[in-house]
Amino acid sequence: MIWQLDLLVLSLVVICGIGALVIKDLLGSAILFGAYSFMMCVLWAVMGAVDVAFTEASVGAGVSTVFFVAAVFHTTRRTKD
Amino acid sequence: MKILGLVIVTLTGAVLIWATGEFPGWGDPNSPASLHVSPRYIEKTLEETSVPNAVTSVLADYRGYDTMFETTVIFAAGVSCFMLLRLFAGQEPEAVHYRHLLTGLTLRVRRRKESLEELEEFERMDSLWTPHDIILRTLCRFLIPFIQLFALYVIAHGHHSPGGGFQGGVILGASLILLAIAQDMRSALDRVRERTLAMLSALGVSVYAGTGALCLLLGSNFLDYAALAKVIWVDPVGARSLGIFLVEVGVGMAVMATMILIYHNLASEGRLDEGL
Repeated sequence: MIWQLDLLVLSLVVICGIGALVIKDLLGSAILFGAYSFMMCVLWAVMGAVDVAFTEASVGAGVSTVFFVAAVFHTTRRTKD
Repeated sequence: MKILGLVIVTLTGAVLIWATGEFPGWGDPNSPASLHVSPRYIEKTLEETSVPNAVTSVLADYRGYDTMFETTVIFAAGVSCFMLLRLFAGQEPEAVHYRHLLTGLTLRVRRRKESLEELEEFERMDSLWTPHDIILRTLCRFLIPFIQLFALYVIAHGHHSPGGGFQGGVILGASLILLAIAQDMRSALDRVRERTLAMLSALGVSVYAGTGALCLLLGSNFLDYAALAKVIWVDPVGARSLGIFLVEVGVGMAVMATMILIYHNLASEGRLDEGL
């Protein structure tokens, strides 16, 4: 892949990761975590680990985001700290 | 305390990043990972197992133990979610809501009324999500068969293309979770009941372990699928390929059932009554 694009995706991974930790809204945090997983999936695919990318897309970006949203829905939406 | 935590995390991160400098270059043919067993797998996979996708043959055949216990871990996760969250009789929700379909009127009833549910004009609805969204329902009803077909393709075609039991199982589970989100949990549970899900998740692990045990009974090592050639009249290479397929089906069943079970317990606070 073109290294500029690679760098863009990698920096998006870092930004999404930090954003998911810092943000107060837990629903937004879950969505950011999904975006993080998806960017990681793109990186895996670029590096040729297509099976890992597939797992990351289905488990990380798909189902675990749903689980997080379900958990947020039944607890609180805002963090205390 | 927070500052201390930040300092520790930053230091650990810095050490980790510093340590990556010692790693071999990406795709380096002289790195330890590509010197010992990897070349053997890459060269022998096709002639030993007739599986073109080396990842699948390593995952399900050469490293079959790892995958079996990964499946067991997923099963254990499902069981522990069930144990922690599931509520049983005697803990009914505060109120139950019904929609009168002709007028759009909403009824709030203290207890579940079987007599109301039998009537055509009334429909049980979730207390938190009220709109009668025909576009969403129709679209999901249209999409779900295609998602499920794709999931089955991913499981069955894992020998030749990326994918396999885990991915296909998750997609298959996601299609039913989509049904539970788009319509309601009760209609998803009408399709596949909780008891069926629990059975399937246990059965998946048993299929995996049972395939291994069958090899043991046929006088071979545990999970050495070549032994299956004695009972299915194919050559040992074809038997290994078929054994991988059996095992992937088991993984797919366990993962699918566990994902749906976790979602149902999580989204309904263990009542399996009203979802998101």
